[in-house]
Amino acid sequence: MTAKIAYADVEVGTELPAQSFPVTRATLVQYAGASGDFNPIHWNEKFAVEVGLPDVIAHGMFTMAEAIRVVTDWAGDPGAVVEYGVRFTKPVVVPNDDKGALIEVSAKVAAKLDDQRVRVDLTATSAGQKVLGMSRAVVRLA
Amino acid sequence: MALDQSFVGRSYPPTAPYEVGREKIREFAEAVGDTNPAYTDQEAAKALGHPDVIAPPTFVFAITFKAAGLVVEDPQLGLDYSRVVHGDQKFAYTRPVRAGDRLSVTSTIEAIKSMAGNDILDVRGEVHDESGEHVVTAWTKLVARAAEGA
Repeated sequence: MTAKIAYADVEVGTELPAQSFPVTRATLVQYAGASGDFNPIHWNEKFAVEVGLPDVIAHGMFTMAEAIRVVTDWAGDPGAVVEYGVRFTKPVVVPNDDKGALIEVSAKVAAKLDDQRVRVDLTATSAGQKVLGMSRAVVRLA
Repeated sequence: MALDQSFVGRSYPPTAPYEVGREKIREFAEAVGDTNPAYTDQEAAKALGHPDVIAPPTFVFAITFKAAGLVVEDPQLGLDYSRVVHGDQKFAYTRPVRAGDRLSVTSTIEAIKSMAGNDILDVRGEVHDESGEHVVTAWTKLVARAAEGA
């Protein structure tokens, strides 16, 4: 593990560079294939509406995969992530148009732990709604 | 109907090994738009101290969730999968998953709760490599929403 950020250089409150991740219906089809999750709520509007959803929604695991990029891009080595957990609080609704939806992720160092590790708390929103709760990663820094 | 509490603590047999392929990792990284070279370039991964390309942190879910199917589809447990949503997900890594790994998952039911007619199931998946070394543990909380009129 070779994180490019030094433990000594971060403090509680240090903000990681925020990022926005666009997601369209095409993104969801590609993610379904790569992940093997073919639940029709992620690509079939008729089915999604029938089960009470407003429209097609993104895979929760897709949102989880995007959010951690704020941490892995910051740390450099994705292998520096030693823990990562989220709660799926609201779905990311993906309309059938060219723009789709946007997942906006910010993160900051919430605690400095032993063994060069820090806890990073993440915030992910889409259309003004918090889509992940309790979103935390533990990262081992250099 | 509330799930049978006696299933708490039940473990299912380890799954047949899943072989992690370089191109599968690449496909996953491309699907999430992640261009970190550690996922696709062996030399870049080696420069970070990994023996081969590594997988993005959430890649392993495809393997652990398939293994959790043993639990979800256990007819004796009787979970209504058509009403299941993903509540929480957590991973704790001993090391990153990497190309060439042959991973086996042992799933255990950690908790069963019933809240407001919803069945809440916590499943832990322990992922080991071919030599029996721990790679990652995945905790998945599934919520089966109450049926209408129940």
